[in-house]
Amino acid sequence: MADTSDLVLDVRNLKTVFFTNSGLFKAVDDLSFNVRRGETLAIVGESGCGKSVTALSLMRLVPDPPGRIVGGSVTLEGTELLSLDEAQMRAVRGNRISMIFQEPMTSLNPVMRIGDQIVEAVRLHRSITAKEAHDIAIEMLRLVRIPEPARRAREYPHQLSGGMRQRAMIAMALACRPALLIADEPTTALDVTIQAQILALILDLQKELGTGLVLITHDLGVVAQTAQRVIVMYAGRKVEEASVEALFASPMHPYTRGLMASIPAVPASGVPAQARLNEIPGTVPSLVGLPRGCAFAPRCKLAIKRCEAEYPPLADWGGGHLAACWRAEDVAEVA
Amino acid sequence: MFAYLVRRLFLMFVTLFGISIVIFFLLRIVPGNIVDILFAAAGYVDPADKANLEKELGIDRPLIVQYWHWISGFLRGDFGFSYVSEKPALQEILPRIPITARLAGLALLFSASIGIPLGVISAVKQGTKLDYALRVVSLSGLSLPSFWLGLLILTASVAMFGQMPIFNPNPQTWLEAFATYAVPAAAVGFRSAALTMRITRSSMLEVLRQDYIRTARAKGASEAAVNYHHALKNAILPVITVIGIEAAFLIGGLIVTETVFNIPGVARFLVEAIRWRDYPIVQNLVMLIAVVVVFANFTVDMLYAVFDPRIRYTD
Repeated sequence: MADTSDLVLDVRNLKTVFFTNSGLFKAVDDLSFNVRRGETLAIVGESGCGKSVTALSLMRLVPDPPGRIVGGSVTLEGTELLSLDEAQMRAVRGNRISMIFQEPMTSLNPVMRIGDQIVEAVRLHRSITAKEAHDIAIEMLRLVRIPEPARRAREYPHQLSGGMRQRAMIAMALACRPALLIADEPTTALDVTIQAQILALILDLQKELGTGLVLITHDLGVVAQTAQRVIVMYAGRKVEEASVEALFASPMHPYTRGLMASIPAVPASGVPAQARLNEIPGTVPSLVGLPRGCAFAPRCKLAIKRCEAEYPPLADWGGGHLAACWRAEDVAEVA
Repeated sequence: MFAYLVRRLFLMFVTLFGISIVIFFLLRIVPGNIVDILFAAAGYVDPADKANLEKELGIDRPLIVQYWHWISGFLRGDFGFSYVSEKPALQEILPRIPITARLAGLALLFSASIGIPLGVISAVKQGTKLDYALRVVSLSGLSLPSFWLGLLILTASVAMFGQMPIFNPNPQTWLEAFATYAVPAAAVGFRSAALTMRITRSSMLEVLRQDYIRTARAKGASEAAVNYHHALKNAILPVITVIGIEAAFLIGGLIVTETVFNIPGVARFLVEAIRWRDYPIVQNLVMLIAVVVVFANFTVDMLYAVFDPRIRYTD
């Protein structure tokens, strides 16, 4: 185990379940990972694989009912979050751990001025005057490169473009200089040109403030640009974890390989474009009544008998490259 | 904004003009006039006397002339004379207005100050026993007519205290004034409170699902701040609409409540005036009520812009 002194976040065996009419399902099952100061960890996977529930679990904002965290530990800067009471947890949220969401259009309160929303975030955690908080809010808006921050602070969300709103969200999330920032698909709802700007902004600020970053995305392109380490999730479980270089060089889980094959490539000039994009056949299985064995087996070209019978353990294949697949060694050959 | 206001005021004027025509002609369609009623009571009818009286009151003239006479007087503030008391109609109406206004104001205050918080609580505690209990109470509020509730209150107070609340025309202290108006206002406001609660609840349930509520929680805001500061601010618009409409409907509720509680307000006075076909009183009073309703609607629309920055009245 590496040195743990600069760990910001340490998640162990996190388990979040949902109680629904059709039964209990494990949205996050036995998930462990950690984030160092200033490090970017990407969590990737298809919709419904448990990425967002993981994020909400870290914030302890899983809607209860129907959801509940039933096991594991989440340690933020040495404090066990899962054992805090609600008031103590509120003091952590927005202060030591912050979150930005996928939908900048709907994530800001439409009837509050942008500035006031940032001021609120600051004053919830710092005993300072309204004037001082207002100055911080303007400073934050300047930091996220919103032009004319003093004027924008007086505006309402509907007066800002999507990119601007996401910048304002980032300003709000970072206003208290959190140790950890969780970005849940922060650029998915934005235009491609704006996406790059927002990502660059998040990374710049992360560097400047030394924040640990958990970046949740389904876009491997984003991962390659931003993260140091990657976790691939499937059906609530971690199926692969590696440094970004190792993952892109030699993915060890067939699911990861499938995700990579689905990235459309720009054809070289003169070469006819691929007629059809590669896809992973099938869909993420319903989390109610998962198979006993590997959840990906029904969609996997490499599946063998054992895959359906036994869940493969997460094994270290060298250099901290973890993968949960019986056939991890064969994945590279097949591709 | 200025052009919008001008257009809006013009439309209000047109609306009121339409209402004045409806009031005037509806009243004439109702069979019988004050002269018929007086002479029917006397038993003997001398057609000449009757014609004289009609001429004296001006109700023998063509309708269009009568209408012009009335509406031009109304605009000048000349309401004419009551047929029944023969006193200036304005003198009859004016002293009763504060009584009804206090009653209506207190009823609306009850409905907002009880309905909105209970609606928020019911939404936040959705699906709990408390929510069900509150919904049953609000359903009963919607189902009980205010006159019946008023009678029930009177009967209960006689049974329990041996007396019933009597209208005190000259309350000496604030407390006495409150005591005088509180019970009838509660009787008539119960329905509005129930309606306000239901609208607040459903509007809150809608808002509580929104992304920005999650954002507020992620900031570390307390439940109270999330519910009352972030959610209620967004959920309040439909509630304002309903309270505005209720303010208008309240007049109807007050007619029976004032009768049941024997309160000398305009609503009960209006019913008596209709019974006597006291045209000057009825016409002018209904017209005044119409003005109040039209302005209440206007106020609600203006409040929209205050509560929701996305709504701006432009030209």
